[in-house]
Amino acid sequence: MTLHLAVALDGAGWHPAAWRESPPDVFSARHWARLVAEAERGLLDFVTIEDALGLQSTLLDGDDDRTDQVRGRFDAVLLAARLAPVTSRIGLVPTATVTHTEPFHVAIGIATLDHVSGGRAGWRAQISPRASEARHFGRKEVPPLKPLGHEADPHVRELFAEATDAVEVARRLWDSWEDDAEIRDVATGRFIDRVKLHYVDFAGRYFSVKGPSITPRPPQGQPVVTALAHSRLPYEFAAAGADVVYVTPHSAEHARAVVEEVGGLSGELKIFADLVVFLGDDAARRKARLDELDGAELVSDAAIFAGTVTQLADLLLEWRRAGIQGFRLRPGALPYDLEQIARELTAELRGRGAFRHAYEAATLRGLLGLPRPLSRYAEVT
Amino acid sequence: MTRTQVHLAAHFPGVNNTTVWADPRSGSQIDFASFVHLARTAERGKLDFFFLAEGLRLRELKGRIHDLDVVGRPEALTVLSALAAVTDRLGLAGTVNATFNEPYELARRLSTLDHLSEGRAAWNVVTTSDAFTGENFRRGGYLDRSQRYERAAEFLRLSRELWDSWRPDAVVAESATGRFIREGGIRTVEHHGDHFSVEGRFTSPRSPQGRPVIIQAGDSDEGREFAAAHADVIFTPHGGLEDGKRFYADVKRRLTRYGRQPHQLKIMPGVTFALGDTEAEAAENAATIRRQQVGPQTATAFLEQVWGRDMSAYDPEGPLPEIEPDLSEGVSQGRVPLKDRASVAAKWRALAEEKGLSIRELVIEVTGRQTFIGTPESVARRIDEHVQAKAADGFILVPHLTPGGLDEFVDRVVPLLQERGAFRADYTGATLREHLGLT
Repeated sequence: MTLHLAVALDGAGWHPAAWRESPPDVFSARHWARLVAEAERGLLDFVTIEDALGLQSTLLDGDDDRTDQVRGRFDAVLLAARLAPVTSRIGLVPTATVTHTEPFHVAIGIATLDHVSGGRAGWRAQISPRASEARHFGRKEVPPLKPLGHEADPHVRELFAEATDAVEVARRLWDSWEDDAEIRDVATGRFIDRVKLHYVDFAGRYFSVKGPSITPRPPQGQPVVTALAHSRLPYEFAAAGADVVYVTPHSAEHARAVVEEVGGLSGELKIFADLVVFLGDDAARRKARLDELDGAELVSDAAIFAGTVTQLADLLLEWRRAGIQGFRLRPGALPYDLEQIARELTAELRGRGAFRHAYEAATLRGLLGLPRPLSRYAEVT
Repeated sequence: MTRTQVHLAAHFPGVNNTTVWADPRSGSQIDFASFVHLARTAERGKLDFFFLAEGLRLRELKGRIHDLDVVGRPEALTVLSALAAVTDRLGLAGTVNATFNEPYELARRLSTLDHLSEGRAAWNVVTTSDAFTGENFRRGGYLDRSQRYERAAEFLRLSRELWDSWRPDAVVAESATGRFIREGGIRTVEHHGDHFSVEGRFTSPRSPQGRPVIIQAGDSDEGREFAAAHADVIFTPHGGLEDGKRFYADVKRRLTRYGRQPHQLKIMPGVTFALGDTEAEAAENAATIRRQQVGPQTATAFLEQVWGRDMSAYDPEGPLPEIEPDLSEGVSQGRVPLKDRASVAAKWRALAEEKGLSIRELVIEVTGRQTFIGTPESVARRIDEHVQAKAADGFILVPHLTPGGLDEFVDRVVPLLQERGAFRADYTGATLREHLGLT
């Protein structure tokens, strides 16, 4: 069985000093096109693109005024769309925030990404708990984010409940046009069969959406929904509406426990583990040099790996035995660690019979082994 | 002295009856390939920009989704971002509603498009106050009609603050010194107004155009004033020579109030066209297209919107029935309601009787014929004349077919405009602002 491999793209890489190795023009389309082409040559399942409704910061909430790290990002859905025509097989999974935004807009944005990419769209649904980001919208008072776990914070619980509704609305909107709604029936003068367009009539605590979507059903029917989760509450959010969850175990044993917990919430979720990776014979030295440049040792929510591709392949296969089905690798520095993943790691895994030799499907759902669902509104005959 | 230059743009065929879907040449309205074909054709013709409309709720008639016209559209900015990858110079204009968006988010999406297209982004600012559309959104249809333009104006002012908040040289990315952002390079925006309260830093560096091009499409007095104050391009329905001149003079005159020069606002009517090798053939093509646009069922639907009642019992190929309009309430949702239906109905009846028209012929007669009908030579000449006569700065072409509806215009009319010295032989600038002469 093949492992699923994704890479998480962000700025110059996941080490805050990575840009200093070979300063990339992170604000050009060319930079991103080169990265995603590299990932596609390695036959990876998909790339994710980070995003947020505020500047990057080392603080939990609010700007840190640092000028020595990458600051600034593009809207990830638009960036993914820009990359669609220059790629042909790899999945494109932008982050889109559901707090402060309109579920209707997010849903048609992802549906459109699926249309322009011919069925390769995914979505990392994310909440925005920060008071600093709420001030960019000025529509509600939000308490400062507490450093303790999410579970304790009633505000964060609300945000996950709202996010669950947002994913549900998006899924209903994607189904609101049945696949064969467009009929072009000259005899009756009808372009569509209106019986196959559906009001989604969602009415929840945070918003209501009538529907139908303005965008016809996406090629995949349902684009792939993903979520990053570190604890029970986001696990529940992922289990309620996502196809793929990214978890952050720190050992094989931990991975086994997480798989058990998440698997208990949903048997359908694909469980990916996130890892920050520095690769090559001098990986540890490279990471140490970047730490020194940044003035601090790298900290991350995910486990940090520095070593050879052989060692990483060992680790991935060990975690797979613990029940992890795929990995979202966060390259420490771009493009180097991405090249190591796309060229060397994939070759190593292929040698062990654990990775694909060619893309076996044209859509992201296909690559992940997810069937194309019928619209929930379709009458099964 | 060089001739005043014509500006040309292309509109992706819309979701109303002017887009012909029953023709065998009609392709998908949603496949990306259709967008690519039209955008590349526009770029081959050296057009200024490619324009996408928006509608955030499907149109309804008699409480049911309207099924006779093309329906279904992608999210405009997402498609335009993808088109940025397959075009080099063409401006990319998206219609996005100011009522159902928030400035911080939309300003950053527009800035992103401007970066990803290297300076080719434009925003057609529209507003709506109807509760019908609002049913798809958190905010609902809360906005009073009179406040639409107020909110839009504040939205734009705030967007500009956000776009201007990164100094052009804010990103230094100097490896040796370890400085990525220049000290003081990103200003904190603090805006507290009637409609928005926003505090913080923007996430997108200053974009190649600084500010995306602003398009405005309202025709009311308020709309014209808004355009004079804020817009770079105004998209108007006034494609005729005389009404065009009146509109042109009126809007350009309003600019002085805002300290702006006439060349800083381009007036571009939306126009349709039908071509032929002879004038007679063009007229015949125009008539054929009109019959395709107004099929029997569409004719009945138009009639129902004016009559306010079910007219499906009457043969659209037959005469207008005796029955009078029901003037109690409108039947259409999601499009501009017809004003004063009684007088429209009276006018239609008089016309039908005078010319002996069937229902369908009547609807063909009263709903817009093509703006430019003729040989490529005569169409090129008239387009040029309109611009030289100050009836317009150029035109937004609305083809009736997806995706091939622009081919013939680009192949046959554009070269003639170029020969006349009225239209660029090639792009001379890189950004949309440069194409439009706005810099």
